[in-house]
Amino acid sequence: MVVTIPEFAFRWIIPEIIVAVCALAVLLIEVFSGTRNSRRFSAFLALFGACLALYVTLALWNQQEDIFYNLYTIDDFGTFFKVVFLVITALITILSLRYTERGEIPFGEYYALLLFGLLGMMIMVSSNNFITIFVGLEIMSISLYVLCGLLAGNLKSAEASFKYFLLGAFATAFLLYGMAFVYATTGSLDIAEIADYVLSGDFYLTPMFMAGIAFLIAGFGFKTASVPFHMWTPDVYEGAPTPVTAFMATGVKAASFGAFLRVFYTALLPFMEGWSGILWVIAVLTMTVGNITALVQDNVKRMLAYSSIAHAGYILIALVTGDRALSSSVLYYLMAYTFMNIGAFTVVILLGKKGEENTDIEHYAGLAKRYPFLAFCMSIFLLSLAGFPPLAGFMGKFYVFSAAVKAEYYGLAVIGVLNSAVAFYYYLRVMMYMYFRESEMPSEEINLSFAYMLVIVISAWALIHMGIFPRDFLLLARKSVDIFI
Amino acid sequence: MTDMNFPFLSVLIFFPLLGAIALFFADRKQVRFIRIFTLVWTLLEFAVSLPLYWYFDETWNGIQFLERMDWFPEWGVSYLLGIDGISLLLILLTTFLTVLCVLCSWKAIEQHVKEYHITFLFLEMAMIGALSALDLVLFYIFWELMLVPMYLLIGIWGGPKRIYAAIKFFLYTMAGSVLMLVAILALYFHYHHETGIYTFNVLELYKANIPLLKQYWLFAAFAFSFAIKVPMFPFHTWLPDAHTEAPTAGSVILAGVLLKMGTYGFLRFAIPLFPAAAFAAVPLISILAIGGIIYGAIMCLMQTDVKRLIAYSSVSHLGYVMLGMFAFNLQGLEGSIYQMLNHGISTGGLFLIVGMIYERRHTRMIADFGGLSKPMPVFAAFFMIITLSSIALPGTNGFVGEFLILLGAFRSNMVYGILATTGVVLGAAYMLWMFQRVMFGQVKKEENRKLLDVDKREAVILCTIVLFVFLMGLYPKMFFKKMDATAAGYLEYVKGRNAFYSLATADQKTTEMPLLAYAAKPTTDKGY
Repeated sequence: MVVTIPEFAFRWIIPEIIVAVCALAVLLIEVFSGTRNSRRFSAFLALFGACLALYVTLALWNQQEDIFYNLYTIDDFGTFFKVVFLVITALITILSLRYTERGEIPFGEYYALLLFGLLGMMIMVSSNNFITIFVGLEIMSISLYVLCGLLAGNLKSAEASFKYFLLGAFATAFLLYGMAFVYATTGSLDIAEIADYVLSGDFYLTPMFMAGIAFLIAGFGFKTASVPFHMWTPDVYEGAPTPVTAFMATGVKAASFGAFLRVFYTALLPFMEGWSGILWVIAVLTMTVGNITALVQDNVKRMLAYSSIAHAGYILIALVTGDRALSSSVLYYLMAYTFMNIGAFTVVILLGKKGEENTDIEHYAGLAKRYPFLAFCMSIFLLSLAGFPPLAGFMGKFYVFSAAVKAEYYGLAVIGVLNSAVAFYYYLRVMMYMYFRESEMPSEEINLSFAYMLVIVISAWALIHMGIFPRDFLLLARKSVDIFI
Repeated sequence: MTDMNFPFLSVLIFFPLLGAIALFFADRKQVRFIRIFTLVWTLLEFAVSLPLYWYFDETWNGIQFLERMDWFPEWGVSYLLGIDGISLLLILLTTFLTVLCVLCSWKAIEQHVKEYHITFLFLEMAMIGALSALDLVLFYIFWELMLVPMYLLIGIWGGPKRIYAAIKFFLYTMAGSVLMLVAILALYFHYHHETGIYTFNVLELYKANIPLLKQYWLFAAFAFSFAIKVPMFPFHTWLPDAHTEAPTAGSVILAGVLLKMGTYGFLRFAIPLFPAAAFAAVPLISILAIGGIIYGAIMCLMQTDVKRLIAYSSVSHLGYVMLGMFAFNLQGLEGSIYQMLNHGISTGGLFLIVGMIYERRHTRMIADFGGLSKPMPVFAAFFMIITLSSIALPGTNGFVGEFLILLGAFRSNMVYGILATTGVVLGAAYMLWMFQRVMFGQVKKEENRKLLDVDKREAVILCTIVLFVFLMGLYPKMFFKKMDATAAGYLEYVKGRNAFYSLATADQKTTEMPLLAYAAKPTTDKGY
């Protein structure tokens, strides 16, 4: 059979093409020029690429199309996630501007890898086919393995990269195994066809199918940093350059949850009783372990790493319930989570300087006195992470817990809210240092450059806006999950 | 009532916020300007709240000043405000006490004056919002919003152990309220299951017909959250720390309004939403309330710190409020509401008094004082009056509330009444003993000889307190007439609902819902 790729299908993937072309262009600039201005230029090119792709992606809203022989799918679910990724990448690019100049980061690779990572994420969430999902996941992961180790001469960064790579390779293998097992049982890689198979009368539960699902959970669990597959998270998050950490905590997590949600809610939902129990346990463990461990952290970056584990747990609550309509809470939560994490990590970056990250909580002492606005914004991020009304983080939690209560998982909801009460302690602890403590260290000047402040203000505004007027965002999220219904 | 389309409640809620935003741009060095601005702003706020009293229709037993806007209609979340006779008086208390708080911080607060006043205005917004919200999500948001300003007030401007106290306060209240969140959601989905309507509107949810077992659980979750806030024995341990460490104004507002949020929550949400469970919980709550009364009083006898003593006396006084509320008769309920106001005035006044001597001597230990009435005779007179009102001497405000509560308690259960009365005796004991040790006798310490008597600002503060002590003690009708109809309608409604539930369980079938007396007053324009 002669395979012809229909040309007109390319118009559906213009955003992906833009991102890929920009990534290649950034690499080429790096090769042919190494001046300071060209560094700036590559960053702006990356930003331009992300913004242009964002613009084009917005036009894809409300479009539904299967292209490339069903290997690729354009739908609102994917488009929603793509918008989130593009916003994340744009913000990360802005805040990397100064960071790459400050640190010893090879800028060309940096922005190219960032864009390749973005490309992987975009591919990952817009496919109904296991192979495409896997390819997207690999593009994303390999970019990030390198990004983690980009702090030249920093042992922690190298360790992070290596750890992430080794464990990530295992996890990917598990995921691939899971896909293979499911394929062996159902005879298809297309998740819609798998769903048909599960729904058809002659479905019966084989150990292989069960093992396949377990492997899938392990693979996605690794990427979403869920307990017990979370061991890499604190070290990698701590060692990686902080903008990359922010990228991982938001983008990678969102992409993994996107694919997770799509696979489990499209293909495997009819077989819910087989996996929701496992996810229940994982959700409870993830929340609890994440929160309890975060309680004792004195390093803010590490604390945020554990908090990101805990947040994965809250999101998993919505996945456990199997409520199709309320799975939109995952989308809203991830969107809110993006802004609060990027904001918080930006403040972490601001407090550091060349060679020293200054992530110890002592460095936050007295921040409110020296930089009241910065401390105020950080408080918004922390309170939103903690789920304090009327910020976006609260609405996200409210929505997720409502999914649990609606499906009558009262135990899960209670464990969830108690966890979020515990979490207040360590978020407030940072606030306490900022507001109540006097600084014991020589106060250092913070370079409040425009780029950082822009990211901080955008994030803070987004959190307040999404918290007080959540309607539009919730409806968008709701519309995006129409594909499951 | 005249044609009331003016959104009084929204204005009351957002006016302080506007002031906070305006202060945000003020120059932090112009301390005096900031103080005067905030004082004028809170006075204006108080002035805006007064028309509520005049325009409140005392013949109507339901919700008035209703305001409604869609917020998120797909979910049934709305911006729904309204007050009845109970919340009316509590809102007035809030706006009144806030003015006094700004006045009493005039000299006590010298650091971060700008931030302090912003925090205070923000707190006022949240308190009034919580008192007037009739949508559960809106209420929950305001309810939580109160926490952060209070946390900052204790943590930044508090005493030596302020950080511990602030975090304890925050986490305790938070732990309770998150469970309430689950209960709110469960109620919401239950109502949807029953009627097919998604709504967080309390007035709608009052009509829910909840199976008993579920009702017990939901009531437990709500009650737990409110009991921590009240605080009811044995969930009170955060209170002495928070009170002792908070700045004077923080203590006043904490005692005066924030604790009432707990009792108000019972009245507005926990009891009418789950009446059968509330009636079933009467023995438990009453025993805990009496336990609080006696335990609080005994703890008071052992305190060496005046402020801590007053904090424990709050536990005791709030015990009366809970006891009266759960007597479920008119005397008990009205006494309980009145006691909420009294406690705001008397205990608020006592905290102001303690703040004044602390500003002079920088100590609060009883042992450091003695014979203060000699250098400070005027102060002593004020202190005496407020002390007596806290003891509930006839003629003062405290008497009216406590008497009604005990009357209600005796009517509902003799044993509760007898036990609660012991608290009155103990109350007189610890207050008078404390007063004697601080004010009477010989001046033992040299530093105490030269203490200055009250200045003009302090005299104004204390005069207003004393004015209300006597006004509420001698002419309670002024306040009762606003809550009579509400209280009667409320009781009729709650009892009717409870009877309905017991009938439904007895017959094993759903009987017709009783006529709802506790409904919103229709407004002219909204057509609600």
